[in-house]
Amino acid sequence: MSDIGQNNGRRRFLTTVTTGVGLTGVAVALVPFVSSMMPSARARAAGAPVEVDISKIEPGQMLTVEWRGKPVWIVNRTETMLDNLKTIESKLSDPESDESDQPAYAHNEFRSIRPEFLVLVGVCTHLGCSPTKKFEIGAASDMGDDWVGGFFCPCHGSIFDLAGRVFRNVPAPTNLQVPPYSFISDNRIMIGVDPEEVS
Amino acid sequence: MSSFMEWVDARFPATKVWQEHMAQYYAPKNFNFWYYFGALSLIVLVVQIATGIFLTMHYKPDSQLAFASVEYIMRDVPWGWFIRYMHSTGASMFFVVVYLHMFRALLYGSFKAPRELVWIIGMIIFVALMAEAFMGYLLPWGNMSYWGAQVIISLFGAIPVIGDGLSEWIRGDFVVSDATLNRFFAFHVILMPLLLALLVYLHIVALHKVGSNNPDGIEIKKNKDADGKPLDGIPFHPYYSVKDIFGLMVFLLIYFGIVFFVPEFGGWFLEKDNFTPADILRTPPHIVPLWYFTPFYSILRAVTWEWLPGGAKLWGVMAMGASIVLLFLLPWLDRARVKSIRYRGWIFKTAVGVFVVAFIFLGYLGTKNPTHVDLFLMENVYWAQSFMILYFLFFLLMPWYTSIDPTKPEPERVNFK
Repeated sequence: MSDIGQNNGRRRFLTTVTTGVGLTGVAVALVPFVSSMMPSARARAAGAPVEVDISKIEPGQMLTVEWRGKPVWIVNRTETMLDNLKTIESKLSDPESDESDQPAYAHNEFRSIRPEFLVLVGVCTHLGCSPTKKFEIGAASDMGDDWVGGFFCPCHGSIFDLAGRVFRNVPAPTNLQVPPYSFISDNRIMIGVDPEEVS
Repeated sequence: MSSFMEWVDARFPATKVWQEHMAQYYAPKNFNFWYYFGALSLIVLVVQIATGIFLTMHYKPDSQLAFASVEYIMRDVPWGWFIRYMHSTGASMFFVVVYLHMFRALLYGSFKAPRELVWIIGMIIFVALMAEAFMGYLLPWGNMSYWGAQVIISLFGAIPVIGDGLSEWIRGDFVVSDATLNRFFAFHVILMPLLLALLVYLHIVALHKVGSNNPDGIEIKKNKDADGKPLDGIPFHPYYSVKDIFGLMVFLLIYFGIVFFVPEFGGWFLEKDNFTPADILRTPPHIVPLWYFTPFYSILRAVTWEWLPGGAKLWGVMAMGASIVLLFLLPWLDRARVKSIRYRGWIFKTAVGVFVVAFIFLGYLGTKNPTHVDLFLMENVYWAQSFMILYFLFFLLMPWYTSIDPTKPEPERVNFK
């Protein structure tokens, strides 16, 4: 092809603009496809609160219920369990729960509304496994002789105490999450609803 | 026949392609045992696609039906057990041959110039294969499938700012659910196989441009005869096509030995916990990925130093990512003037030895509880940390030790007896 009368600058400009417009079109066309992979309306609506009767949980026992597709634990802690929480604070990564996820009304010593009833999302803050309960004190839990009870995550070895607080030097970064919950009567709690929303 | 081929060749370069890539593609004549695994991985890919097609005829990608449909394939579909065991054994055998194929490249410097792109494309295939295997593993919807997916998708949650949104986007839900299963099925049977086929094609195009390396790590194109054919080269077909068929027969004996007699391979190819349906309230007491992921999984959970800025979780994920990214950089980390381990000095040989030991032990420790003592002296997590450091030192010190390594002179022509 002859170069006579050819404006290279204009050619380059037109090529760049055409490519730019084309790529913009492709990017816009991707939006519906990428968005279609987000949680659907049905998945978003499936987060209904769960009502649980806690009167049947004996002291020292745990009940697991499902809320938003996740396990939620309700533990009825004994006096000994509560007393032991203080003794291990030096081993914890975030004993005051300042960097952890819990509603303001559970941001306290026992991470609960009523001291004895612990409500936790049973999902490890490391990579989402569900830790195993290790309530027996001492060597019986296979967690070492000075173990005072808590949870152990089988996936990557994270350890939590009976307030869901994470120990030092394990992979999980923060304490187990406390979900929003409220007491609707003495023996019934509603998971997924803050106390002020209960009328 | 010849007039038919003339008719075709006038319209499509059938004979030309055959000559260029098979009958007149000159491969070094000194290929050894290690050179079986490229062809074998191609064949395993074909087996996986073929068996996969037949499995999709009976499988249901629905969280309510998936587990039962796999049991249906195993019990009620004629020969269903055979096709599924071929597929599940094939997945593990894929990684066996690919790891050996990659190790061959390490031994003989096949990643070095001018084969950097062959190596890079190969590494992309490896990553794609890991994604393919991971998504396939969710499909039986067993309890290990479920929790394995839960853990790996949560890895993305460690990325600052966008992490949580990204993992929701991948799952299509707030937890691994039916939406996740359905899309993993789509990726596993459509997207990834197409991508793998394309990448394998590019891998071979790049290879045939530069020509195969060989155990001596010297370029056969340097010595050509009057016709321009490499003096140390022999046509791929029939010489290596026949040799590869022999290798294939041996491979098939082992492969079908496993398919027929030990398809679960003692829990290594099919894990015991995956014979119970997914239970969202109960993580298996001892969760491990399949063996081919355990070295990287070991690195992920070896990082427990919480004083690291941003937290141990983020660094664990980054360390696992880095352990794979470093492999991509191999062509530029290695400064040695020779390619093959035959002409390298004691330093590189020692380094490769240490690397192999570290990789195998990381793999072993990835299957064990981090707080137990399965080796000696200290808990598994500390061993994993030690081997992780060796793994990274192999790469990070490579520019240094390969440049001072006392190498031997390469021969002018390949060794062939």
